[in-house]
Amino acid sequence: MTRTNYLNVQYGVRSWLLTTDHKRIALLYLAAITLFFFIGGAFAVMVRLELVTPQGDLVEAETYNKMFTMHGVMMVFFFLIPSTPAVLGNFLLPMMIGARDLAFPRINLLSWYVFVVGGVIGLGAAISGGVDTGWTFYAPYSSTYTNTAVITTALGVFFAGFSSILTGFNFIVTIHKMRAPGLTWFRLPLFVWAHYATSVIQVLGTPVIAITIILLAMERVMRVGIFDPKIGGDPVLFQHLFWFYSHPAVYIMVLPAMGIVSELVTCFSRKKIYGYSFIAMSSVAIAVLGFLVWAHHMFVAGMSLYASMVFSVLSFLVAIPSAIKVFNWTATLYRGSIVYQTPMLYAFGFIGLFTIGGLTGLFLATLAVDVHVHDTYFVVAHFHYIMVGGSVMAYMGGIHYWWPKISGRLYPEGWARFSALVLFVGFNLTFFPQFLLGYLGMPRRYHSYPEEFQVLNVMSSAGASILGVGYLVPMVYLVWSMRYGKPAPANPWSAKGLEWNTPSPPPTFNFDQTPVVTEDAYVYQKADEEVPVG
Amino acid sequence: MWRGFPLFPEAASTIASGVDTIYLFLVALSLLLSAGIFLAIFYFAVRFRRRHPGEVPAPVHGSLPLELFWSFTPFVIMMIVFGWGTSLYFRNYNPPAGAMEIFVVGKQWMWKIQHPEGQREINELHVPVGQPVKLTLATEDVIHSFYVPAFRVKMDAIPGRYTSLWFHATRPGRYHLFCAEYCGNQHSKMGGTVHVLEQPEYEAWISGAARGRSMAESGEELFQRLGCFTCHRADMPGRGPVLEGVFGNPVTLQDGRRVIADEAYLRESILNPGVKIVAGYRTRMPTFQGQINEEQLMQIIAYIKSLPPKGRLDTEP
Repeated sequence: MTRTNYLNVQYGVRSWLLTTDHKRIALLYLAAITLFFFIGGAFAVMVRLELVTPQGDLVEAETYNKMFTMHGVMMVFFFLIPSTPAVLGNFLLPMMIGARDLAFPRINLLSWYVFVVGGVIGLGAAISGGVDTGWTFYAPYSSTYTNTAVITTALGVFFAGFSSILTGFNFIVTIHKMRAPGLTWFRLPLFVWAHYATSVIQVLGTPVIAITIILLAMERVMRVGIFDPKIGGDPVLFQHLFWFYSHPAVYIMVLPAMGIVSELVTCFSRKKIYGYSFIAMSSVAIAVLGFLVWAHHMFVAGMSLYASMVFSVLSFLVAIPSAIKVFNWTATLYRGSIVYQTPMLYAFGFIGLFTIGGLTGLFLATLAVDVHVHDTYFVVAHFHYIMVGGSVMAYMGGIHYWWPKISGRLYPEGWARFSALVLFVGFNLTFFPQFLLGYLGMPRRYHSYPEEFQVLNVMSSAGASILGVGYLVPMVYLVWSMRYGKPAPANPWSAKGLEWNTPSPPPTFNFDQTPVVTEDAYVYQKADEEVPVG
Repeated sequence: MWRGFPLFPEAASTIASGVDTIYLFLVALSLLLSAGIFLAIFYFAVRFRRRHPGEVPAPVHGSLPLELFWSFTPFVIMMIVFGWGTSLYFRNYNPPAGAMEIFVVGKQWMWKIQHPEGQREINELHVPVGQPVKLTLATEDVIHSFYVPAFRVKMDAIPGRYTSLWFHATRPGRYHLFCAEYCGNQHSKMGGTVHVLEQPEYEAWISGAARGRSMAESGEELFQRLGCFTCHRADMPGRGPVLEGVFGNPVTLQDGRRVIADEAYLRESILNPGVKIVAGYRTRMPTFQGQINEEQLMQIIAYIKSLPPKGRLDTEP
């Protein structure tokens, strides 16, 4: 029974901290980002508590400003961006393509250390006083006016960015060079396509934020005039540079999530995915178009009419590949054999919330409407529907789906379904009222607000407490299951995909023999016949 | 806490109804599309639920026409929304000729407002109903954003340049004024009230409001005090160009380019005189960066604007 696997092959801290096994590194990432998630969540709790009353009476304005800033910084740079790629991608990508590891196992470990250094610097900045610029670091506030820990925080982000580049580049090389015999590009699981597109964005986009941070530091420390017009700079330049990375970064967060959903929808409806090549190519289209829409964050920052027009039309276009995915997932269900296991509940949740997030994105792309809702709670609601309703839902679905593979144990299904439902309800109660608040005109980043907005804010804060429970319960039962869960079989879901053709948990080098692939992904319709391997 | 629990904002400008119409159209479209998707998912999830463990569903083949249909249909819908939203934006962008002008300077954490006649307000803005009003925005420090939800207008005040927005209020009343771009500690306190007044009330207000000099008069005083007049003379070309009648007209620069002498050009030429020098002159003018604030700059520009044309010695036709 005690087969040697990646978990029991060696014990001791050293064997973890010096590992080059992509599966162990994935777990190192899992531990790190879970910590950052709960820290970022704690900041969100403070924000929602403050907003229960219209007066800014719980904490000082300065403290509140630091809370929402560090909530954003932690969640975006230290949780969302690494979440799916660095944990699930790291764990699964080599297995899905039949490889023993990533192309550069030591660089993979390096990326984790770089990430941890960034995280420690970021946390250090938070503890030693914090930063109050908003996660967007807009100049010249960040470069000249604030006296908070801008440089330290930005340095943390800078390091996290390099970790992201290393991971992306490792994935690209791995997907190109290490696919098993017979695993052609169009036989790849859509999870792999999504990670390929994500990696391209990471490698091409992240250096721009690194440069932007250096320029910001040069201005703040050495007073080189780059963004502050008092010393010869241009503050709008900062916004162009910042969003040139940070808009594609949204796709770093959501593309891998889409990859997860493609896997879940096929497995739990026992169907070949509908429109495989359309889903795969829409990931690539999103990666390309995603680089061309950054200035839609700046429609009221004094851009010319024609620039606004171009960025508006491109922002509409980038929505089309996402719509194509949603339609294809829905069509996959048609005449399937559908079960409602927890991962599938999360997939349904993703599709629903992502659809709302995407449709409300159209409001923001519409120039005349954006003028009104820009920088209001409408935007806050929109991007939480994408990033939390979309990315985090899918991430949770993925964690549950591959948990038996990762831990070798089954999680308790009843608790898991219950908390998926709690999350869905809590999420909508938290963020739906914010759409209404935004159209009413409540600006974001407000410590106090006019009285008439209170009812909706109380609803949002109540939802947030439910949401908090929805995240804590899985934390408890997943940890519990590592010791007390039922041992998992190699393929508990009768899923297709090479990762299920190896024991749970897998041995260090994943496969005893390199698998040979002779058919497309997701061939569910040939009964329970095994994928021919070997 | 339930007192006044609105779900839809007041509409008090000519722009508002157009924005609301697109918004409601998008709401309807979103409801329709998401209802379609959700009902399909719900129906499939129930209708095609697994009935016995070994069930193997029949394969469904992809359909190119279907894929093209659901790629092309959203495209058409989006282009319609794009065209609609953009044309409205274009219409809302430029103020109508003859709009009343008001000057706004954002400063951590207040809005300082000057009326051309000289009235000044902080975090309050009085405007008449039924008349287009153009605001010129500047900021002394960081980026701010002037936002009046009831008018559906918003524009950033950006350091180092002028931006503008306009509205035409349609209903008397008091409306929220917010700063929408995060600007530091007291960001959420940087706001106040826009008072839209009936014409007679507005006239009563404007004559009753403590009035010093008009903006142009204050500008003239600065023009004297800063010694501008020693080079920019009205009667003859001095060391600097004659400023009479220059506003709004083209100016030929040293390098042959022609620019319109608008607010942005005048602002730049006062703060950074060496950048765009008028043909026939040399850079002798010192920078006034740091010596005058944005409000004073606006006054000097108001003064220059007020100067009547007296021949075009250096601004060729």
